[in-house]
Amino acid sequence: MRLSKILTTALLAIGLCVSQASAEDMNVGFVYVSPIGDAGWSFAHDKGRLELEKMDGVKTSYVEAVAEGPDSERVMLNMARKGYDVIFATSFGYMDPMLKVAKQFPDTTFMHCSGFKTADNMGNYFGRMYQARYLSGMVAGAMTKSNTIGYVAAFPIPEVIRGINAFTLGAQSMNPEVTVRVVWTKTWYDPATEKEAAKSLLDVGADVIAQHQDSPGPQEAAEEKGVYSVGYNSDMSQFAPKAHLTAPIWNWGPFYVDTVNKVKEGTWKAEAHWPGLADGIVDLAPMSDMVPKEVQDKVMAKKEAIIGGEKVFMGPIKDQTGAEKVAAGTAMSDPDMLGMTWFIQGVIGTTE
Amino acid sequence: MSIDILIPLLAAAVQSGTPILYATLGEIFTERSGILNLGVEGIMIIGALTGFLVAKATGNPYVAFVAAGLAGSCAGSIHGLVCLVFQGNQVVSGLALTILGVGVANYLGTPYVGLIAPGFDPLPIPVLAEIPVIGAIFFSQDLLVYLTYLIPVLMWIFLYNTRFGLSLRAAGEYPAAATAAGLNVVGYRWLGVLVGGFFMGLGGAYLSLAYTHLWTNNLTGGRGWIAVALVIFAFWRPSRAVFGAYLFGGIMALQLRLQASGTQIPSSLLLMLPYGLTVAVLVFSSWLRGKTDEPGALGTNILPAE
Repeated sequence: MRLSKILTTALLAIGLCVSQASAEDMNVGFVYVSPIGDAGWSFAHDKGRLELEKMDGVKTSYVEAVAEGPDSERVMLNMARKGYDVIFATSFGYMDPMLKVAKQFPDTTFMHCSGFKTADNMGNYFGRMYQARYLSGMVAGAMTKSNTIGYVAAFPIPEVIRGINAFTLGAQSMNPEVTVRVVWTKTWYDPATEKEAAKSLLDVGADVIAQHQDSPGPQEAAEEKGVYSVGYNSDMSQFAPKAHLTAPIWNWGPFYVDTVNKVKEGTWKAEAHWPGLADGIVDLAPMSDMVPKEVQDKVMAKKEAIIGGEKVFMGPIKDQTGAEKVAAGTAMSDPDMLGMTWFIQGVIGTTE
Repeated sequence: MSIDILIPLLAAAVQSGTPILYATLGEIFTERSGILNLGVEGIMIIGALTGFLVAKATGNPYVAFVAAGLAGSCAGSIHGLVCLVFQGNQVVSGLALTILGVGVANYLGTPYVGLIAPGFDPLPIPVLAEIPVIGAIFFSQDLLVYLTYLIPVLMWIFLYNTRFGLSLRAAGEYPAAATAAGLNVVGYRWLGVLVGGFFMGLGGAYLSLAYTHLWTNNLTGGRGWIAVALVIFAFWRPSRAVFGAYLFGGIMALQLRLQASGTQIPSSLLLMLPYGLTVAVLVFSSWLRGKTDEPGALGTNILPAE
């Protein structure tokens, strides 16, 4: 399997060489961990890339399905050698390879998504997806009749745990009785396993299915069973037209355009960016007609409030054992949110 | 565990076991003829991709399913070519076929990730599906699952109750004697490789046409290897393969359901269950060595007649 990935990457890299960077234009390269496809994480980033394509004097290219680790280092090295001005790498495991390449090419701007390391010419960025997850949780909480929501989760890392907690807080704000059951698949894209995980949640009485993976597998399961679902990454309604209520989605375009403009003007600085709803980098997909008007209004009002500065993780917040983790009246700090490894009260499951 | 959790669990066991069952039956058929094919994983994924692409192009899942089987036979013929024509090492050829199959399928399949193709949906059988418990577990599945209720029986009849089947087994048991008796051993081994590859391809297609209606890289996710282990567990008998496949399907479904029921057991441990079971099965089978039905000449090539 390793060899196959190397082979694929090599072939794609050859394809990349053909599109030689020209001197006048800004050349921007993207490295994706999965195939772009029709939905999901890399698809969302690629929509952002297409926004750059519309700019004058900017050329973009991408390499998809690049394995994390040495393969990705070679792809980035290749882009840097070709004279790319900006390189975006969009998976956590590209962090250290990018750091290595960045040191060799001080004149190239490197941007890494979802990590925590920076260098003189390397910044990192991510989005406050938990804000949009809170809103999608509100919709799910309002729509459940069994008061049980199923959450098909990827890996027990802070990003995912934070999302589940925010989702649960949102659901509880509409329906205090609600519980969120979590099943870990330890996958980012495995439709078969993720669909099966959703079915196992349906069997224990969940009537809304939410997910953190890129595949529409859980959406399929909800559609077949005739219950509701909440997507992720991009609007997934095409996969489950009768089930899909809404989805917390990424909107990378404005951020990419802004970054490339700053590099062009020479005002870019190596920083860690963590923008949210207010900057439009995360959003809620249009809600389905199945969501009653008054629920939609409440969700939109909350969205405005969060944009206006309201905090999602506002005390009092208790963990699963009932111990108070965030005191009443205080908001959780960014470092605490970034290192979140515990579930709030109302989530059923374990973070191990 | 209450009955309303148990029935969906068993129904899920049958469904998750089905792709493994197709592949295991294919490998049993191949190994019965004396050829060890470790390329199951590669053949399955080629079947999965072919099934998906043909369903997408033609809109007809039946055609797609058969096409996946034929693609499996084609992939299997590479193994046949290496082992039966060029007398290559069967283990190495099979491993190479897995690497090749997964690589080719991922490369060709990349543009199709995230698209949907028509496939098979659950189709409860009237009357039978109404039977309490059994109906929900066995007769509320899709057409491809129902097929696997017949195939092991047909395979058993073929292998143990026909002259043709006896000859095929002779080719795997004692090729020298079979040759002396005037049988075309190489021909029977080709049959074993091609028919076995057909079923492996079908197993892959089950994943992309019924289990989900999606294609993704590495869709088979190691199920081919589980099938290889299951052949040993099944003592090379189609009937026991059914039991083994459902056992594995059950374990895969169980670990997710245990999580959904709110267990405090760490999910990392639960996810290891199917693989732990694979090891346990192999240990158990080798402990029973001697009582199994392993073809005598499995994995050995037939040298060209002197």
